[in-house]
Amino acid sequence: MKPRQRLWLFLVAVAGLTSFYLWGLVGLPGFGHYPGPYGDIINRIAVGQTNATGVVSAVNFEYRGIDTLGEEFILFAAATGVAIVLRHLRGEREHQPTEAASPDARQDSPAVRQLSLLLTGPMLVLGWNLASHAQTSPSGGFQGGVVLASSFVLIYLAGQLLTLRRLSPVDVTDAVEAAGAAGFVAIGIAGVAMGLPYLTNFLGLGTMPGAVSSSGTIALISFFVGIEVAAAFLLIVSELLDQTLLVRQETS
Amino acid sequence: MTPDLLAASALAPVPAGLMDALQVTILVLVAAGAAVVVKTRDPVRQVVLLSFYGLLLALLFLAFQAPDVTLSELVVGAVLLPVLLLLTLTRVRRREK
Repeated sequence: MKPRQRLWLFLVAVAGLTSFYLWGLVGLPGFGHYPGPYGDIINRIAVGQTNATGVVSAVNFEYRGIDTLGEEFILFAAATGVAIVLRHLRGEREHQPTEAASPDARQDSPAVRQLSLLLTGPMLVLGWNLASHAQTSPSGGFQGGVVLASSFVLIYLAGQLLTLRRLSPVDVTDAVEAAGAAGFVAIGIAGVAMGLPYLTNFLGLGTMPGAVSSSGTIALISFFVGIEVAAAFLLIVSELLDQTLLVRQETS
Repeated sequence: MTPDLLAASALAPVPAGLMDALQVTILVLVAAGAAVVVKTRDPVRQVVLLSFYGLLLALLFLAFQAPDVTLSELVVGAVLLPVLLLLTLTRVRRREK
C-alpha cells in the first residue's frame, strides 16, 4: 500500500472513531453525577448493616464478595501461570547464588542498600496494618498484600538475595498462596455448612462500628486475601529473580 | 456520601473550585506523563519513568477520592511492576550477550 493510500485509510478511520467517541461522550452523565441508585443506597446502609466503616471493604468482601473471590483467583491463576512457564527446564541449571555473584551486586549503590534495609521493617508493619484494618479504613487485603510483597522486594534491593531466598522458599510461598485462597473459599463454605447462603457474614459484627474487632467475616476475608496477594506477588518476583540466575546449558 | 456522614466528618470540606482545579491539573499531568513514557526509547529509562507515572496515577486516584485504589496503585504501579520489568530486562540482556 502506498503511503498516500495509508494516510487516507488512517484519516477515514480516525474520523469514524472520533465521531463515535464524541457521540458516546454526549450520552454520559455529567461529571461527578451518578444516575444509578446502588452507590447512594450502599453509602446509606453499609455502616449500619456491617459495622464496617471501611465501606469499600464492606462492598468488596460482603456485598459483592463472590465477585472478589473470582478476582482473587485471577491473581492466583496468573501467579500459577508464571510459576509453570518459568519452571526449570531440562538443560537449565542454576548458578549457586552468592551475594557477590548476584547479577548486580557489584553495581548497586550503598545508598540504595541502606535505604532498602531501613524501609523493610516499616513496610512490613504497614502491610500488616493495611491488611488487618480493611473494616475500619480505606485499606484491605489487596493493598496490604502488595505492600507486604514489596517489603520482601526491599530485602533483595538491600543486596540480601540469599536472605530473601531463605525467608521465602518457592515451595513455602506456593503453599501460603494456596492457603490464603483456600481460606477465602472456606469462609464461604463455613456459611453454607450452617445452612446459610455462600459467603454469608456469620460472625458477630461487634457492637461498635469502626472497631478492629467489628464487621465479622469482612476482616477475616481481608486477612486471607492479604496473605494470598502477598504470596502471589512474592512468587512472581521470585520466579523472575530465579530466571536471572539460570544458565542454559547446550545439551544436544 | 450522605449528609449525616459528612457532618460527622472532622475534615473541613474543600471548596469545589479548588478540587476541580486539582483534578484537571492531575489529569493533564497524567496525559503528559503517558506520552513521555511512550516516547522514551531506552527500556531501562522507560521503566524508571513508568514508575514515576505510577506515582502520578496514584495521585490521580487520590484526587478522585479513591484512597484504597491509591494504595494499590502506589505499590503495584510504582514498585512491583517496574521491578518485574527490570528483572525481565536483566534476563533478556544477559541472553543477548
